[in-house]
Amino acid sequence: MKKILRLFVAAGVAFSVNTLAQAQNFDDPAEFAKQQEQLTATPMGPEGMPWVQYLEDNMVDTSSMAVEGKHTICFSNAGVNNPWRVVGYTNMTEEVAATPSIGEFIHVDAEGSDDKQIADIDDLLAGGKCDLLIVSPNTTAALTPAVEKACAQLPVVVFDRGVNTDCPVTFVHPVGGYGFGIQGAEFIVDNVEEGANVLMLRILPGVDVLETRYSAGRKILENAGLNIVGAEFTDGDNAKTKSIVEDYLQRGSIDAVWMDAGATAVAAVEAFEDGGYDIPVFVGEDQQDFLRKWQDLKLTAIAPTYPNYQWRTAIIAAERVLNGEAVPGPEWVLPQPAITQETLDSMVNPAMPPLHYAMCGCEDMANYPAAWGGQ
Amino acid sequence: MTDQPLSSAEAPKKRALPHINPVYFLLAALIAAILLQNPNFAEPTGYMNFLKRAAPLAILAAGQVYVLVSGGFDLSVGSLITLVVVGSSMLTNNDPSATLWVIPVMLCIGLAVGLINGLVVCFLKVPSLIATLGMMITLTGVSFMWSGGSPRGYLPDTFRFFGRVNIMDIPVIRMLPVALIVLIVVGFALYWLMHRTNFGRMVHAIGDNPQAARLGGVPVNRVRILAFVVSSLSAVVTGILLGGFAGVSTDVGNGYELQAITAAVLGGAQLLGGRGSVPAAIAGALSLQAIFTLLNFLGLPQPVRQVVQGLILIIAVALAMYRRKRTGR
Repeated sequence: MKKILRLFVAAGVAFSVNTLAQAQNFDDPAEFAKQQEQLTATPMGPEGMPWVQYLEDNMVDTSSMAVEGKHTICFSNAGVNNPWRVVGYTNMTEEVAATPSIGEFIHVDAEGSDDKQIADIDDLLAGGKCDLLIVSPNTTAALTPAVEKACAQLPVVVFDRGVNTDCPVTFVHPVGGYGFGIQGAEFIVDNVEEGANVLMLRILPGVDVLETRYSAGRKILENAGLNIVGAEFTDGDNAKTKSIVEDYLQRGSIDAVWMDAGATAVAAVEAFEDGGYDIPVFVGEDQQDFLRKWQDLKLTAIAPTYPNYQWRTAIIAAERVLNGEAVPGPEWVLPQPAITQETLDSMVNPAMPPLHYAMCGCEDMANYPAAWGGQ
Repeated sequence: MTDQPLSSAEAPKKRALPHINPVYFLLAALIAAILLQNPNFAEPTGYMNFLKRAAPLAILAAGQVYVLVSGGFDLSVGSLITLVVVGSSMLTNNDPSATLWVIPVMLCIGLAVGLINGLVVCFLKVPSLIATLGMMITLTGVSFMWSGGSPRGYLPDTFRFFGRVNIMDIPVIRMLPVALIVLIVVGFALYWLMHRTNFGRMVHAIGDNPQAARLGGVPVNRVRILAFVVSSLSAVVTGILLGGFAGVSTDVGNGYELQAITAAVLGGAQLLGGRGSVPAAIAGALSLQAIFTLLNFLGLPQPVRQVVQGLILIIAVALAMYRRKRTGR
């Protein structure tokens, strides 16, 4: 039963125990520096379409992988168990629908379980129908052998979380967790006085993409001489987030709030609002509810993103491979823009659901906004 | 910290002990500890925020006591809370006036869920642990299907009134959360129903010894079904408060079923039925919330907090059991 509960609490990310057991290094200075540089780099590819842009200039030749006729693309998905993945999966199915050369799209949902995903990949390989396999791994280490096995039989495209092998044709991902942490923390540093009190709110420990956000954010805040009053885990729960912030407000003032993910940002803002406090500098994410709040209350805020459009890119990459066209690889690094005061008005859309991700890159697609729950 | 008041009261006042439930000592000790940590807690914003935050769990625990005393468990309340929050956001559809009819609809859903739980337990003879576990999984699925896995709307301010708003500018206490008024009204109603009516006595009777109760003329099935209905309705009220407090999310009710059972047990409810008290369960819920708040104030790292929280719970319940053995009550 605990597992069932956990599944939802953990919002579709790896079980922390698994990830901790790998003892990964979440504070890698080289990776930090690389991502810091990529944040400001000019992307290659068509302007205004970040989902087909790329930051590393290295192409993989796929002419030997071309398949005649209609393509069958298989997708082993870690889960559709949090709003980010719900929006992403919709992007993906709409991209498939818009691509006539895809004959069949086979989706298997691992429901947040490594074991199920390994079995799913086995089943897809045994079925023999797939021309190409897309994998969004549940956890990095556990899925590596399964992906290696798949690579031996057919071309593989990995996106979102990575695997510890370079056998896939390409690994599609945005700049990364350090980049996310850097964008938010640098904004805080630029907007508060030295020695200001910063509260850091995190979802849960042990997940690589979240740990790197935190380590990068903390590093920048500390180097700037800010006072980190606390780093708390919210479990992604609105009520808990609001309670934690209320408790901190009773103990002293808060000049800025840094968050490693924005799903509970509105609850955190409300804690200030309801208590009659001025709302401090805020780091959220690109969910519509936060962007609306930001606009309504005229906050000093920034919304780093983990761009949802990468779900489109996975299909685009797969199609290019099956057409024998070169793709950026072995890593297809997508741009990772942050939403700022200047771009806010263009990103807010009251017709979309509260946890719709503004950086979905889906506005130009045929069934927008209905397919994403918009009105 | 928690056992001090108890041990000092133990030796000289043996006869006075049975009259006061130890959960009240626990609560007093925790509040004292919070005050030591953070004197601001004595300000209205401190304790009123605390009570506002504890109100949903207190109401849920008070409802859970009915099922526990009748000899069952209700694990479906957490997922029912989620269903209420998600369903309300879908039905209100940003229309402030919709609150008027959405709340009764939610209460009807709660009524139906409680009825089904009770009927399955009474007539299909499924143990309540399994029946309500099944209901929990079913309701989780329903919420997921309804929302598509992600919240699709906001709750209007009229709906959030109950869980979010503080009535300001009141003399002496300065602010009064609406959630606290709801807690007092619902808590008193549940107290009265449990401890001042025939129905309450029958709930105790069927939990203590169903055979004897049946022979004594108690309509066992009807009472048991009603106990589940009370629990489900309390979950609906909890859902309305939680949705008001923090807005829509698709996992708002996660873990609340176990917290409610824990709170009731802290208040001395017996897990296999026959014993339990509504005011003590409310005190148990306040204690549980006080533990969370205290650990927040202490600023301990998360893993240490979980260890401390677990130990306090075990010690508190062990003390409650010890007292029961000694007093035979």
